[in-house]
Amino acid sequence: MSNDILNFTFDGDHYVGRPGDTLASALMRNNVVHFTDSAYKDRPRGIFGLWVEEPNALVTVETGAGETMVPATTIELVDGLVARSLQGIGDLPDTRDTARYDKANRHTDVLVVGAGLSGLMAAAEHARAGRSVIIVDDKPEFGGHLADLQHEIPAELIAVLALPNVTHLQRTTVLGLYDQGYAVAVERRTDHLGTQVRSDMARIRTWHIRANHTVLATGAFQRPLVFANNDRPGVMLSHAAATYVDKFGVETFKTAVIVTVDNQGYRDAVRLANNGVHVLAVVDIRSKPVGRAVAAVEALKIPVITGKTAVDTGANTDGCVATVTIATAEGNSPEVFTTDLVALSGGWTPTVHLATYIGIKPTWDPACAAFVVRHKTALHSSTGMLSGDFAEDDQPMVFFGPILDQQQAEVAFVDHQRDAPARDLRRAINAGMRSIEHVKRYTAIGTAQDQGKTSGTITMGLIGQALGLAPDEIGSLTFRPPYIQVPFAALAGRDRGLLSDPVRTTPIHSWHVNAGAPMEDVGQWKRPWYFPQPGEDMHAAVLRECAAARNDVAVMDASTLGKIDIQGPDTGIFLDRIYTNMYSTLKVGMSRYGLMCGVDGMVFDDGVTTRVGENHFIMTTTTGGAARVLDWLEEWLQTEWPDLNVYCTSVTEQISTVAIVGPKSRELMSRLSPGLDVSNDAFAFMENKHADVAGIPARIARISFSGELAFEINVPAWYGLHIWESVMREGADLNVTPYGTESMHVLRAEKGFVIVGQETDGTQTPDDLGMDWIVSKKKDFVGKRSFSRADTSRAGRHQLVGILPDQGDYVVPEGAYIANASDENAVMPVKHIGYVTSSYPSAELGRSFALALVANGRERIGERIVIPMAERVVTGVITDSVFIDKENTRRDG
Amino acid sequence: MLHIPCPYCGPRDETEFHYGAQAHVAYPEPNEVSDVEWAKYIFIRSNPKGWLAERWVHSAGCRRWFNVWRNTITHEFGPSYKPFTAQPEKPTA
Repeated sequence: MSNDILNFTFDGDHYVGRPGDTLASALMRNNVVHFTDSAYKDRPRGIFGLWVEEPNALVTVETGAGETMVPATTIELVDGLVARSLQGIGDLPDTRDTARYDKANRHTDVLVVGAGLSGLMAAAEHARAGRSVIIVDDKPEFGGHLADLQHEIPAELIAVLALPNVTHLQRTTVLGLYDQGYAVAVERRTDHLGTQVRSDMARIRTWHIRANHTVLATGAFQRPLVFANNDRPGVMLSHAAATYVDKFGVETFKTAVIVTVDNQGYRDAVRLANNGVHVLAVVDIRSKPVGRAVAAVEALKIPVITGKTAVDTGANTDGCVATVTIATAEGNSPEVFTTDLVALSGGWTPTVHLATYIGIKPTWDPACAAFVVRHKTALHSSTGMLSGDFAEDDQPMVFFGPILDQQQAEVAFVDHQRDAPARDLRRAINAGMRSIEHVKRYTAIGTAQDQGKTSGTITMGLIGQALGLAPDEIGSLTFRPPYIQVPFAALAGRDRGLLSDPVRTTPIHSWHVNAGAPMEDVGQWKRPWYFPQPGEDMHAAVLRECAAARNDVAVMDASTLGKIDIQGPDTGIFLDRIYTNMYSTLKVGMSRYGLMCGVDGMVFDDGVTTRVGENHFIMTTTTGGAARVLDWLEEWLQTEWPDLNVYCTSVTEQISTVAIVGPKSRELMSRLSPGLDVSNDAFAFMENKHADVAGIPARIARISFSGELAFEINVPAWYGLHIWESVMREGADLNVTPYGTESMHVLRAEKGFVIVGQETDGTQTPDDLGMDWIVSKKKDFVGKRSFSRADTSRAGRHQLVGILPDQGDYVVPEGAYIANASDENAVMPVKHIGYVTSSYPSAELGRSFALALVANGRERIGERIVIPMAERVVTGVITDSVFIDKENTRRDG
Repeated sequence: MLHIPCPYCGPRDETEFHYGAQAHVAYPEPNEVSDVEWAKYIFIRSNPKGWLAERWVHSAGCRRWFNVWRNTITHEFGPSYKPFTAQPEKPTA
């Protein structure tokens, strides 16, 4: 017996429901009519609909995995459920969603959305033809409208669901339809099980479905009518009211007035009357209703009042509906009924949402008084109520509500959830708006959690009425996924936290972490930012690290640099075409710095490339540019120069690189590799040597990204940590100092070295960066032709320069605009002549400095400038972009 | 999320590919074209409403560049084909 009683708590009060209930049906049976108050106007509101169209009865579920804001009409009642009502606005929880979520991917011949009668029939047809079928339905049970009516579903259709080529997913909502028959659906698997759920079961499974054909059998929602005080508790959609009474045994309502524009209202009147509700009248705006449903009502001796509709309601002390005034559409011949239920049948609104997601435009069918989708292509088709296939004798009239005066329009609600009355529509129209898209944004109608499921068509109809246009002349209904609200956690599945995006770390990463280095994200790479000693902030740490690199020796993990292994007899020719400078003449064992340009002549990437063999080069790229450069190389090789015999392979993660930098790096290098002659004569700048380093065969390159004497030690990745630890051990008495990306940036900027992506944004030529020296005049290469284009060769282009602010302890923000000094006292805004690209405090210079791109910058060196900041105007001078060691003497130690 | 037909690997997920814009834009002999012709090569691409032959690279797969017909309205893919092979007819549907 206890299985038939479900205890639950709503707004702190204890109630009892029964299996098969939704939270809404159980509350109604417990006579909870005044459910909540509206979001903005504090008007009493009750349950209005039957399913996801519900605009009023929003709740927070506190039990199970919880839900922030969902309609009570969609919650299957379980024992112990605790929920509380919301006033239209929910609070995001600040706790982590600990429920389990997962994903599934499926390919199928046919996806059927909706398992009502027409969906089941479509599934049967396709399944019997031998196709694989997935049929999804968002309700607790299949059968759609028939299930609401408790009609029996043909056994041969039910049998189809069990066929081996049919996957039947109940409690599954298609959130979105996308190109190529791609659909995303969420299957609610555990909430309805209450406490009986296994903890290892995913609460929601997100289905990614690819279907060769999708059948849309999404059905329709009933729509209300717009009249004064149409939002009181007890005013409901008639199909919802009849279903609560007939199917769920709700006995709350003693009397009812049906207000209708079609024969659906009559069918609902019959259902109500058959369940003991005293139906006082069916009020029909049509003048001569006919049909079986009308006859059935007449047979029950229910009064039918034609040519009238509801124009207003009155309330009892609790704010629930107590009376309804009916009159002609113009408000003439009013009559008042005392009743506790006003059931509205304003026609059907097909659920066109999914169709509009893929660009299908619903068409207005006056005979159906609805926007319908009648669509058939190889990829998609529509069926059932979505296509206007309503009951055979619905005969709806196109009518959205009576004529309202200003006062009535203020309380005649179009969108209950947004508390938006017809008056808002008038204001929008009076403000000159005509398009539904504009009206929607002006009034917020249709933008609430329910996305206007009950208000969309009415909005178009009322605007049309005001302008003398048909609803389809106002625009077309457009909706966007998701169809219902969905927890982010469900979309993420198990890809949360560390699994949300790949994290790339170098073989030396664990050392950096143990040293307490904060990490900087460079793409997916984690790079140590700086290595603070106890009590140090970033500023102090960077000054110390830079000083060590300039005066002693410092060490950096350069393993993240992109590395591309390029082999083949034509590699030299290929690199000559890709880089602005020559590589075919490079001697084996030598490295060269190179710039790459796009066909537009703009700098695209840079790096050092080493010839390790006659037909074998290793290219380095910027850390962030590796994948892009590899695609670029392959594009030229595969689509333009297939005659070149060249092969590229990414080796970024195969090689670990440790750079030791500073005047004492030679001493440290000789300790690490005792057999190697590290003298300047034997091991020149840009030269490479193969030697054992700390017992590991390594390629050592004399490359410098700081201007200092430096050695880069390249070893197979798994030896990276060993090399690093050896460097730290052997260099301990030399003050060997690890440094991170911040010091690297400062050191290179002091030397005027650019970083592609920091000094460049895709609009700088090599000459703009003062790097004309690296551009070959002898050979052709990608982008060279563009250097003679008028815009590329014009005077006045932004050129790389240095900036020294007068106030040496002030670090100019990167991105700050630069203006002529003569504009210091000018009225803002002033014309800018350039902007700061890099800016740091410098230990070496004992002051702050910056790199900048300034129009005609090189000719302006020595000129004074101002940098207008919000709080002050910074003054300074334009300098050369190289701040230290212009003669390149330090690199040799 | 599109499925893109790689002519080497078959249909694969969009995330495995990078886009290479309009296909069959010939690289002109740089020193034999006027500034105007060169600028046209660099900057001007057709942007039809409908079928367009495009270049894609299967970066996270076979790393090969190929051409494919794509409908810019429906995102439907037509036949894909390898570089330097005959271009299939523009799809009619």
